[in-house]
Amino acid sequence: MASIKLTNLWKHYGDVQAVRGINLDIGHNEFVALVGPSGCGKTTTLRMIAGLEDITGGEIEIGENVVNEVPPKDRDIAMVFQNYALYPHMSVYQNMSFGLKIRKTPKEEIDKRVQMAAEILNISELLERRPAQLSGGQRQRVAMGRAIVRDPVVFLFDEPLSNLDAKLRVQMRTEIKKIHQRVQTTVVYVTHDQVEAMTLADRIVVMNEGVIEQVGTPNEMYSSPKTHFVASFIGSPSMNFMNCQLAKTAGGLAVRLSDDLSLPVPEDRTARYAPYADKEMTFGIRPEHVTEKRPHANGAQQDIDANVNVLEPMGVDTMVFFNLGPTEICARAEPTSVSEVGETMGFTVSMDKMHLIDPSTGAVV
Amino acid sequence: MVTGTEVGGAASSPPLTLKSRLRRSIGPDLDGYYFILPTVIIVFCLILYPFCLAVYYSMSNAFIGEETHFIGLENFHYIIFEDDIFMMTVRNTLLFAVISVVFKTVLGLLCALLLLRIIKLRRFLRGAMLLPFVAPTALTTLGWWLILDPTYSHINWIFEHVWPFSVLDVGPYNFLGEPTLALGAVIFVNVWRGLPFFIITILAGLVSIPDHLYEAAEIDGASIMDKFWKITLPLLRPVLAVIILFSTIFTLGEFNIIYVLTRGGPMNETHLFATYSFTAGVLNHEIGLGAAIALFLFPILVVTVILLLRLVRRDSQYEL
Repeated sequence: MASIKLTNLWKHYGDVQAVRGINLDIGHNEFVALVGPSGCGKTTTLRMIAGLEDITGGEIEIGENVVNEVPPKDRDIAMVFQNYALYPHMSVYQNMSFGLKIRKTPKEEIDKRVQMAAEILNISELLERRPAQLSGGQRQRVAMGRAIVRDPVVFLFDEPLSNLDAKLRVQMRTEIKKIHQRVQTTVVYVTHDQVEAMTLADRIVVMNEGVIEQVGTPNEMYSSPKTHFVASFIGSPSMNFMNCQLAKTAGGLAVRLSDDLSLPVPEDRTARYAPYADKEMTFGIRPEHVTEKRPHANGAQQDIDANVNVLEPMGVDTMVFFNLGPTEICARAEPTSVSEVGETMGFTVSMDKMHLIDPSTGAVV
Repeated sequence: MVTGTEVGGAASSPPLTLKSRLRRSIGPDLDGYYFILPTVIIVFCLILYPFCLAVYYSMSNAFIGEETHFIGLENFHYIIFEDDIFMMTVRNTLLFAVISVVFKTVLGLLCALLLLRIIKLRRFLRGAMLLPFVAPTALTTLGWWLILDPTYSHINWIFEHVWPFSVLDVGPYNFLGEPTLALGAVIFVNVWRGLPFFIITILAGLVSIPDHLYEAAEIDGASIMDKFWKITLPLLRPVLAVIILFSTIFTLGEFNIIYVLTRGGPMNETHLFATYSFTAGVLNHEIGLGAAIALFLFPILVVTVILLLRLVRRDSQYEL
C-alpha cells in the first residue's frame, strides 16, 4: 500500500512560510494534482514528500511509515523534474538504469526493465543517445522512463510539461494519463496549469499562499468551488466576478448588480442565501453559463441585452465581452449567433449555475 | 569589396582553371588579407622569427663573443649521450611536472569541494585563496626561501623549540641542500603557488553543475561517493582537462621558483629545462647548447598538448 498522509505540514525558509500547516490524504494508486499559482507552496510540498526539503513541522507518512527523517533514496519514490534533470554525460540507457545500477540490481533485470519502460514510452531507438541529442518531448519521456524502471510506490511529478510547447504538452498529457493507467501507482503531480490538473488527476488539491484551499475531484472543483480563489483559478476562461447586493424582492432574492439591473436568484437557493440578504456580496458566473439568447431549459434562466465590446473567436465558441452593470464580463456564445462589436446582443444567464461569495471571508456560500 | 554577385558567381562558374581555383581558395577579394596583415607581422616578428632563430642556434656553436658556425646536431648529440646533468634535468622536469600537477589537481578538487560547501565567510575565503596566485612569484618564493633556508629556517626553529618536536628530536633538515628534500621543496612551493588557479577554476566548474542533477541522483539512491564519482567528476572532466593542460605546460617550463630557491642545486639535482638552459646558455655563455636544451622541451610539450586536447574534445559538449 502506498498511500501518502500529510499531517499539519509546515515549511519555513527563515521568515518566509512556504507551507502553512497542510493536511492531505492521498489514497493508494490515486493520481493527485497539486495546483496553484507560483509561490503557493505546491513544489515545496512535493519536495518535502520526496525528501529533498527538510520539514519544519508536521509529519509525512508514505505507506504506514513516518518518513520525516528517511532520506530520499529509502522512500521508494521516483521523481520527474521540471527540467528533466537527465545526466548529460550518460546515454539514455545509462540514465534510465542509473538508479537500478546503484541499487545493485542484476544486469539482466536492469536490461529487462529498461527495455520494457522504453517500449511503454516509445523510446527504444533512442537508448544509445545522449540527452543533448534529444528533443524536449524525448527528454521528457526519458525522465519518465527513469522513474518507471525503478518501479517505485510513489511517482512525483514536478511541473513535468511546462518546458514543452503547447501542442506537445497536450500530447504528453494524454501519454501520462495512459502510463498511469498502465503502471498503477500513487502519483503526486505538481502543476500551475489547471487544465493539466483537471484532465489528469483523480483529485485536485488547489493551494494558495501555503495553505490548501480545496480538495476534490475535477468536477467538484469546477461545479462547486468553496472559495473565491478556487472559483477564479479553476476553469478557462476564468469565472466572471461582479460586486452585487443581495436584495430582497417580492418573490424571494435577487442579485442587484446596478440600479437598473437585478437578476433573480433561483428559488431552490433562496433558503441557502437568505442569511446574506441585503449584504454586499460577490456574484460569480462562468463564461459558459452566459450564452447567446436561448430557449429556457428551466425557470432559472434570465435574458439580458448588452452592447458587445470585444469578440474573441475560438473556433467552436466565440468569447463575447460586454458590460453587465459596471463590470465587463465574458460570455461563451455560438459563433453564428454573435453580433458585431458595438451592436446589441441578447444573452441568457443560467442563474442555477451562479456562485455567491462573501467578500469578507472569500468563501463561496 | 565582397559582394553577393561575386560570391554567388563563384558557386555557379563551371570551368575550374588553376587561376579560378586559386581565386576560390583565396576568396573573392584580397582586401581581407590586408586586415590580418598587422597580426601576421606581429606573429612573425615576435613568435616565428625568435623560434626559428632558437632552432638555428641549437644547431650552432654560438658562444657569446665568438663567431657562430653551423654544427648540425652536435649539440643534441652531446646533451643526450654525454651530458649527465641533462639526463638529470629530464628526470627532474618530468618528476616535478607530474607530481606537482597531480597534487594540484587532487588538492584543488578537495579545496574546491570544501569551498563550495562553506557559506560563512565565503567571499573572504574565495578571495584569500587567490593570494599565492596574485602575489609576484619571485617575491613569495623569496619568502619560502627564508622559511626553508637551513640557516634561517622557521621550520627547523619549530623542530628545535616547539613541543612535541623538541622532545622527539626531529631535524634540523637542510631543505634546500639535500637532493630529495630540495626537489620536494620546489615541488611544494610550485603546488602552493599553482593551487589557487586550480581551486578557483574547479570551483567554477562545480558551481555550473546544476543542483537538480544531484537531487535526481539522490532520489535514484546515490550515496555521497556515488554522486562524486558518477556525477561531479564526469561533469568536471572538461574543466579538469583544460587546467591540467595549462598547468602541465607552465609547470614543464617553470623557472622562477627553481631559480630563486635552489638555482638548480644542490649539485644540479633540481635543474629543470628552463634553469639548465639558462645556466648553460647565459651563465656559461654557450648559447647554442642552451638553445638545444630548451628546444628539447618542445616535442614533450607538443605530445602533452595533443594528448590532453584529445581528452578535452572527446567529452566536453554537455548541455547542462
